[in-house]
Amino acid sequence: MASSDEELVRRTAELARLSITADEAAHLAPQFARILEHFRTLSEVDLEGVEPTTGAFGLRDVFRADEPRESLSQDEALANAPERIEDFYSVPKTIGGDS
Amino acid sequence: MSVSFGGQPDAVALRDSLAAGEGSVKAVVEECLARIAEHNDRLGAFTRVEDERAHVRAAELDAKRDAGEPLGPLFGVPVAIKANLCWKGAVADCSSKLLANYRPPYDATVVRRLIDADAVIVGSTNMDEFAMGSSTENSAHGEAHNPWDETRTPGGSSGGSAVAVAAGMVPVALGSDTGGSVRQPAALCGLLGLKPTYGRVSRYGLIAFGSSLDAVSPFARTVRDVARTLEVISGACDRDSTCLPLPPYEAVQPADPSRLAGFRIGVPKQCFPPELDAGVRKCVEAALKELERIGCELVPIELPHAELAIPTYYVVATAEASSNLARYDGVSFGQRAGAHGTLQEMFAATREAGFGEEVKRRVLLGTYVLSAGYQDEWYGRAQRARTKILGDYQQAFEDVDLVVGPTSPCTAFRLGEKTADPIAMYQTDLLTVPASLAGLPAISVPCGTSEGLPVGLQLVAPAREDARVLRAAQAFELATDHHRALPPMLQGAGA
Amino acid sequence: MSATIERDGDIWVSSKTGTRWQVVCGLEVHAQLRTRTKLFCGCETSFGNPPNSRTCPVCTGQPGSLPVLNEDALALGVRAALAIGADVAPWSKFDRKNYFYCDIPKNYQISQFDRPYCTGGGIDLPSGKRIRLHRIHLEEDAGKAIHDRGTTTLVDLNRAGTPLIESVTEADVTTPEDAFEYLTALKEILIYAGASNANMEKGELRCDVNVSVHPAGEGWRTKVEVKNLNSFRNVAAALEHEVLRQIVDYESGDESRFPVQETRLWDADKLVTRSMRSKEAADDYRYFTEPDLPPLTVSESFLEQQRNMLPELPAARRSRYVRELGLSQYDAEVLTGDRAVADFFEAAARISGRPKEAANWISNEVLRALGDADFAATTIDELPLKPNDLAELIALIAEGTIHSAAGRKVMRAMLETGDAAKSVVERLGLEQVEDTGRLEEWCRAALDGKDAIIADVKDGKEKALGALIGPVMQASGGKANPQMVREILRRLILES
Repeated sequence: MASSDEELVRRTAELARLSITADEAAHLAPQFARILEHFRTLSEVDLEGVEPTTGAFGLRDVFRADEPRESLSQDEALANAPERIEDFYSVPKTIGGDS
Repeated sequence: MSVSFGGQPDAVALRDSLAAGEGSVKAVVEECLARIAEHNDRLGAFTRVEDERAHVRAAELDAKRDAGEPLGPLFGVPVAIKANLCWKGAVADCSSKLLANYRPPYDATVVRRLIDADAVIVGSTNMDEFAMGSSTENSAHGEAHNPWDETRTPGGSSGGSAVAVAAGMVPVALGSDTGGSVRQPAALCGLLGLKPTYGRVSRYGLIAFGSSLDAVSPFARTVRDVARTLEVISGACDRDSTCLPLPPYEAVQPADPSRLAGFRIGVPKQCFPPELDAGVRKCVEAALKELERIGCELVPIELPHAELAIPTYYVVATAEASSNLARYDGVSFGQRAGAHGTLQEMFAATREAGFGEEVKRRVLLGTYVLSAGYQDEWYGRAQRARTKILGDYQQAFEDVDLVVGPTSPCTAFRLGEKTADPIAMYQTDLLTVPASLAGLPAISVPCGTSEGLPVGLQLVAPAREDARVLRAAQAFELATDHHRALPPMLQGAGA
Repeated sequence: MSATIERDGDIWVSSKTGTRWQVVCGLEVHAQLRTRTKLFCGCETSFGNPPNSRTCPVCTGQPGSLPVLNEDALALGVRAALAIGADVAPWSKFDRKNYFYCDIPKNYQISQFDRPYCTGGGIDLPSGKRIRLHRIHLEEDAGKAIHDRGTTTLVDLNRAGTPLIESVTEADVTTPEDAFEYLTALKEILIYAGASNANMEKGELRCDVNVSVHPAGEGWRTKVEVKNLNSFRNVAAALEHEVLRQIVDYESGDESRFPVQETRLWDADKLVTRSMRSKEAADDYRYFTEPDLPPLTVSESFLEQQRNMLPELPAARRSRYVRELGLSQYDAEVLTGDRAVADFFEAAARISGRPKEAANWISNEVLRALGDADFAATTIDELPLKPNDLAELIALIAEGTIHSAAGRKVMRAMLETGDAAKSVVERLGLEQVEDTGRLEEWCRAALDGKDAIIADVKDGKEKALGALIGPVMQASGGKANPQMVREILRRLILES
């Protein structure tokens, strides 16, 4: 039981790009399980036929006109860049694609 | 009352006094900064004091006054902003290592409006990291301390802003309230804390935690200060698609502000759960009697789905947060770590090093409840449960004008008391999350003390009825003395 | 590889096993909408601007930023949907597609998942086949990650936030020709509808291919996605290659070679698809409704408004040209290949009242000029020649003021200078000579000594006259009316 909770935490951490250590996984897993257990009232209540509420209560069709607004200058845009090369953000090399 | 700013008891009075030609903004700002210098190291209210900018602004404002120009509604008033509000060029780090030294290239709408109203922003305040917490103990800058008892927390996540006002450093401070993050600290620190109707105030420039829940919310000591601040910061914004297309809030003075004759006050039994502290219960029950005295009728009601509130809130808020915090990856801003690995390794290393434990916990939880195979069961159901909670209030408001109860199940707890058990910490939001889920205006007003610690009374009105909660708060303020209570550090110190 | 597999219509027959393989293919096309600004912020959409010069807090995903929808993006998207015959949904919403990469600043893309703004529709290919559309949705583009400069990957976010529509076909495509024709037709429709400029070289149109193969009569097998296709030709070539690759791998009998669900990249140099390196297990996108954007509704009146802004679409135009103006299918296709050309043609046809002549002149001289370095014009609108100029030329010829050979000279001059037809004719002195006296003189001179030809014509061989027309035209400096010359020559011969 415990190790599958840890496995769950590890897989979820990967999805969330959090590189947690084995110790952290061991520490978080039971907490995770307890929290979900604590939320079990959510699984038990009857929600048949109830529509979801997603926020933006009652608003719809909010637009802006297709009119240009001033952009940031290159320096402003790149001011917080951890690594800047010329006018680009620089990140570790990736071979074309999602890796 | 031994709290004064430029010799005045609150922001509105200060503004009027300055506008009338008395004193100077320079003097007010100096006084404010001196207080901060004296108390901040001990109390941890501000994480960044912008004294230079404040001095420059003060000089500008004094010159403006001298030139006879029209003066804004918060002219000369020193204010604090929570560290998750963007102020161009100033650090907005959300009390996180990941955003250390991050300077946004733009102003939040509310910040711009404060500046345009001639307020003087003196600095940013301490918070739970990324607004996740109820005690301001999850801060990369160290905890904040409650002025009422410095071994205790001021609540959170907007604890720093609460302390700044409670300790008399500034009369008004902005926080953000997602599940109670302004109301709960207000209750624990003996202040007013208003969470406006969701969408009443623009979120543009508020660093997001729970998008469908976040609300920029003011702290102050007087209802008129809260109202004045709301007037300044509220209203339509074309950079926030969830902002209601309404004009700014306008305070309307009722014929008899001290009476709430005919008001029906709904008192849900779910707001008085077994774990409610006895001292809190006592204060609140007395406060309800006060409301009766000024003309209200107390009506017992039910909020049948109240026990769903915490799970619903934590599932929805963490889900949204897990997505909102995905951008913290070290690519274009923030503290990058693991630059020598692959791109994805850099993401993980940056987030691992930059996020504190509570943030990690919530990001994990949020990712989980959205993940394939679990989303319907968790996030899907939470969204439906949210509808039920909304329905509870809709039903209640067919019968009553306000829903009232304690803001927090306990008074200020000791530092370290709840940090070992996340669930214990989450439970402190029990009474505030329902109004967040329903997007309703809710205010916490001081209603007495229990064993020397403040207790807050929460008033909730239907959506867009911000005026109603403020009116009720004002009537309560006029009828009682609780708002005058001060923490020991401000008592007997002379006006 | 291809030596053992042959095409039989849309069946691929393997001579190795005798198996008849069917192809199941769908195309995903992203088209950039022709708006001035991005989907959720006011930065101008751009191409070729200095890196990171067209960004703002919103499109760079700064903390605290929020999206606000560009109303023209919806309008153009709806127009595209109407042009494709899709059903526009009365309401739709946005969702977050969550994944981590360096060119997607928020690490989620705002897109539409389960409530796209339109579904259905389709395109009829020239071959007669219909490719049905499954859906089209709105989404924001990512920025650009550059991997081939230096030791790190460089990121430019100018493109991040650009409005796109993603159209997904049903799996109706079965041949590379289908793919090519579909893309050609889709591009034409998008341009006509004014929704997109759809220029693949500028990255305004991108296509991914999803393809699987299976023995005829059996169930569908694992599909593979192919990306990095930058021209219609490459799409067709990649599809062909991938189909062959999958068949060969299945027929190898070696299960470790069987196609797996993955994304492959097309290598335009080596003409092969290759697996993306160390691709992780398919990301879980954790789609959920975008809380920062309220839902969208589309009213009947808005649809009507967008419908009215649609011009007559290419296919309808072509039919009309054939049916009402008497043009050939071929001519109709040439003229509708470009919306500006079709508009030019219609104006010239209307003013001159002579559609066939207008079609002829445009298909030949005018369009040729566009490819001609002498004229420095790449589009018809850039030429100094306008529809009424062409109409004037047509009228001059119809009236007999000049003949058609002279007309070509006049056209050339008009293309070069932009002068009106009449003034060119005067300047070059090209008015036809119809004075029978002078014509007879030139004819007699041409006939002089041409006994063989005279004999042939008397014999009934009319064609022989042709050899004499040239010399007469020359003698007349190109001004003789050729029909009259022919008549006079015949008369003179027969009288002699």
